[in-house]
Amino acid sequence: MHSDPSRPDSGSPNSRPLVLSLAGITKRFGALTANNAISLDIHAGEIVALLGENGAGKTTLMSILFGHYVADEGTIHIADATGALVPLPGGSAEAALGAGIGMVHQHFALAENLTGYENIILGTVPLWRPGFGRAAARRKIAGLMRQSGLAVDLDIPVGRLSVGEQQRVEILKALYRDVRVLILDEPTAVLTPQEADGLADTVRRLAASGLAVIFISHKLHEVLALCERIVVLRGGAKVADRPALGASRALLAELMVGRPIPTRQRTAGHPGTSVLRLAEVDVGRPGERDRLTGASLDLRTGEIVGIAGVSGNGQGALAALVAGLQPARAGVVEIAGQAVGSGPRQRLAAGVGRIPEDRHRDGTVGALSVAENYVLETIAAPENQRGGFMKGRAIRERAAAAITAYDIRCPGPDVAIRSLSGGNMQKVVLARVLERAPRLILAHQPTRGLDIGATTDVHRRLLAARDRGAGVLLISEDLDELFALADRIAVIHAGHLSEALPAEGLDVRTVGLMMAGHAGEAA
Amino acid sequence: MMLAALEILTQANFWAAAIRIATPLIFGVLGALICERAGVLNLGIEGIFVAGAMSGWLAVYSGLPLWGGVAVAAGTGALFGLLHGVLTVPLGLSQHVTGLGITMLATSSTYFGYRVAFPNVSTPPRIEPFPPLHIPFLSELPFIGTVIGQQSAFTVLAFACVGAVAVLLARTPLGLAIRAVGDNPEAVEAQGLSVMGLRIGAVMAGSALMALGGAFLTLSAFNAFYFGMINGRGWVCIALTVFASWRPGKALIGALLFGALDAYQLRIQTIAGGVVPSQVFLMLPYLFSIAALVAVARRADYPRALMKPYFKGQR
Amino acid sequence: MIRFIPRERTPLWLSLAVPVGAGLAALLLTAIPLALAGAPVLRAFSLMAQGAAGSGFALAETLTRATPLIFTGLAAAVAFRARLWNIGGEGQLYAGALAAVAIGAGAITAPSWILLPMVLIGGALAGAALLLVPVLFKTRFGADEVVVTLLMNFVVMLFVQMMLEGPMKDEMALGWPQSAPLVDEAVLPRLFEGLRLHWGLVLAVVAAGLLHVFMSRTVWGFRIRAVGENARAARYAGVPVGASMALVGVLSGGLAGLAGASEVAGLKGYLTADLSPGFGYAGIVVATLANLSPLGVVPSAIFIAGVFVGADSMSRAIGVSNYLADLVVALALLCVLIGGLMTRFRIAIVHREIA
Repeated sequence: MHSDPSRPDSGSPNSRPLVLSLAGITKRFGALTANNAISLDIHAGEIVALLGENGAGKTTLMSILFGHYVADEGTIHIADATGALVPLPGGSAEAALGAGIGMVHQHFALAENLTGYENIILGTVPLWRPGFGRAAARRKIAGLMRQSGLAVDLDIPVGRLSVGEQQRVEILKALYRDVRVLILDEPTAVLTPQEADGLADTVRRLAASGLAVIFISHKLHEVLALCERIVVLRGGAKVADRPALGASRALLAELMVGRPIPTRQRTAGHPGTSVLRLAEVDVGRPGERDRLTGASLDLRTGEIVGIAGVSGNGQGALAALVAGLQPARAGVVEIAGQAVGSGPRQRLAAGVGRIPEDRHRDGTVGALSVAENYVLETIAAPENQRGGFMKGRAIRERAAAAITAYDIRCPGPDVAIRSLSGGNMQKVVLARVLERAPRLILAHQPTRGLDIGATTDVHRRLLAARDRGAGVLLISEDLDELFALADRIAVIHAGHLSEALPAEGLDVRTVGLMMAGHAGEAA
Repeated sequence: MMLAALEILTQANFWAAAIRIATPLIFGVLGALICERAGVLNLGIEGIFVAGAMSGWLAVYSGLPLWGGVAVAAGTGALFGLLHGVLTVPLGLSQHVTGLGITMLATSSTYFGYRVAFPNVSTPPRIEPFPPLHIPFLSELPFIGTVIGQQSAFTVLAFACVGAVAVLLARTPLGLAIRAVGDNPEAVEAQGLSVMGLRIGAVMAGSALMALGGAFLTLSAFNAFYFGMINGRGWVCIALTVFASWRPGKALIGALLFGALDAYQLRIQTIAGGVVPSQVFLMLPYLFSIAALVAVARRADYPRALMKPYFKGQR
Repeated sequence: MIRFIPRERTPLWLSLAVPVGAGLAALLLTAIPLALAGAPVLRAFSLMAQGAAGSGFALAETLTRATPLIFTGLAAAVAFRARLWNIGGEGQLYAGALAAVAIGAGAITAPSWILLPMVLIGGALAGAALLLVPVLFKTRFGADEVVVTLLMNFVVMLFVQMMLEGPMKDEMALGWPQSAPLVDEAVLPRLFEGLRLHWGLVLAVVAAGLLHVFMSRTVWGFRIRAVGENARAARYAGVPVGASMALVGVLSGGLAGLAGASEVAGLKGYLTADLSPGFGYAGIVVATLANLSPLGVVPSAIFIAGVFVGADSMSRAIGVSNYLADLVVALALLCVLIGGLMTRFRIAIVHREIA
């Protein structure tokens, strides 16, 4: 959403009727107070941003509103059909839906084996009624599509739609239920900047027709461009509730974190010799969605090359290639000037450190201890085993040292890693990767889902590794992250990898156009 | 000998036997398919077959009409389904191990109950089973008439269930919800439907169908209950469900194919029996099931949420 | 409403209390069918206890019965740890028994210190080979091993029957389908004069200890645990997943095969088609009751064996079907699964926490 910050010009929010009122919402999980006496009023036709770091209480608040949790204290009132405020019974998703609250989650709640149409009407027709292809429903959906500008093929299985199209189905699903309050949870995380602009247009249209929209995001520029009012949560409490007009990114970031954020001056890298060279590389079979065709890249020591793009355009294939999980079907892959075979062990031996995209799925074994996860890649090395027997004490001691060095918050090296927070889990992965002083580092979405503190830490360590002389391949969907770290940026779209251009000469718009496949326009 | 082996295929008796062997499997595969479409693997199937066979038979033996026995069997199956559903859905226990536990429980309680009811019988007590089917006009036809004449109304029920399950899954809101809950329970929850209710309900309905498969054996194919009469039929159904890629129509084809193979091996035994030990032929249906499973495994489109427990508010 | 709150750590007393509680709960639940059958419930339980452990002889019988259960329990434990759902223990047991007879019933003449290890190793290899087939199907074709191993049990049973009625039939057995007896050099010696308890028990307990050390201390045990808990992450980290799974297959199938070889070489002396009353399936219960811990398998197998032996003697005394034992075992499995929730979660009863 990088378009003009033109807002729907309506009167002050207070002149419009109140549709939702939260008063004194408090929710505790054991010792943790996730929501502390939060009050919030939402008016018809209003677009309200809900900002906050991970753990600030956004998700909990929305889960209470949506009936997944019950608040310990506080009340929720919602306008009924006549406009009168009535209490919303807690703890019932059905009641929330019935009262006109709709939510589009970051991870879509869609059945991929059903068509868009079937997903929309699921649960709106009595289960025992035979048949569901009702003409009235079709007409209503067609009307909604016209009105909102959301166009999507509703008669093919949702699994075959693109992520952006799936999101449209999700919004239509909510609109079909005549929502009066629509909650969008990080809706642009999966979209190209251009798709995000389209979404912003839709949101404005919907608001103009009287819908109240709660927009959850951590992308401050989007929030400033789209929303009228900004609510900031921190540590479970509401710390700001102000008009967007006159707010700045720096101010909002400070409100979210609770302290001024030092603006980091990016230092340039010092590129040396080639550490990863791809020439005309193909990965994945034709027809696969996430594949790579004719990709070329030259990454040098002492530099960070960022790969921008909407996920599913070949990042998975590129990461799998570099990580050694998938071989190249064609082309040349050289690490430090040497052609090497595929396979995770070959990569490790060649000095490649790999930070996977999904630390729960690929990065760690949840049931194993922190120490065991720390040596997962190197268990066969002489420092970890002798004659096939693990050196238990040595492993634990080194893991304990890493826990100190990387400031990993955990009770000790023997606890199961699944009990750690996402940020601390990622630190274990980082420690494992960096311990071996790799010459090439693959960092695939290294800060996804981390809070600002942990993100800063990951960034600092990647820059330090680069300055030490490592080449870093940073694959990220977050343009802010890429511009903050990368020396050169390439864009991946539909399996094609663009030339990596110096980050200095690029701006977000150009990269955004390239991400959407408009390389020509960008040039 | 080759000619004799081929000639079997032209015999009406062979096709009649194929359908008779397929019928319990049709029930079993439909049952497994409904459970799995909703995201729950039900390895209780083997034991539920046993329990259905014995409870249906016992009901008729104690004086209930035949269809009453069918209903009792279905109810027994649904009860074991309820147990499996409660253990695997809200409690989220391992579907593999729980299912095996259900099979052990259903089998042992059935055998124990049978031994309590009939402590000292040398020949199993008998009932009057379902009479042969008679359909005006069709039964008069030469080949088809013979095939039909060896089936019963219970077989018709099996074929009707194929259609009913197909329509249910494809054309009703309930079927939509079942398919959705096996793909992404969050989608169902977000639309205000109960994941727990749908899954437990599906497992109960599926288990009732499985029990009918067992009851067919004691109420139609035979007229008594024997120990070990299920003999792996339930497990075969689990393999055929993958083979049928969770579709009722293909389930029917798979069951009939299996029935034909089994009927064929029984007949070919009498031809080649002297040369090849009978066990070789008896192995064929199991080997066929394994081969079918391996053949489709790569392409198998398992329901995405199969065997993944779902807990509310945890994403 | 009941809420499950994940535990970071399980106190040791709880890990021990859960299986014990599950066993007791299963026995208590069995009172219902016993009462329904019109049996004197208290007397029946007392008879069961006496039959299982009331005398030195009873105890020896229980331990004899526990021997194959330790092996099949270990087979299930190591496989389930690696998320390899080997339900084919019964078939692998028979494969091991068949191999033991093929080697030890006169085909080879050798002194005992050569022949006996050959019989046991042969049995283990046969079981291992049998399980490698579904493991290969799983890793190469993605075929679900549950159904394949289950169906292979039936195939193996038929194969055993075929061999016993054909090439391996003992002509001296008056037409009974049974194999020729093992030669004396291939027999596992008895532990005590006059009792059926044999050296197989010692082997089984040693196997449990070795498996424990292997799984918790060695590199390959570590890899197996990693693959079992998260195969994707293990593969990402360079753990050889296929080789680890194959190793699990060899260990699990081998242990189940040993169960068969030890039954033939230590107890029966020859092979019949009713060698095992479901030891392979009961091994799954043993392993689950032991929470998949190799050391826990030993007491757990003794408990299950006690149930079988006790129920046998009880049913002879008061005329209630000995299928009761299977019922106790099935209930114990379900109870320990439910009890296992308590080791993984703290269970809190709250007022409408999650609707």
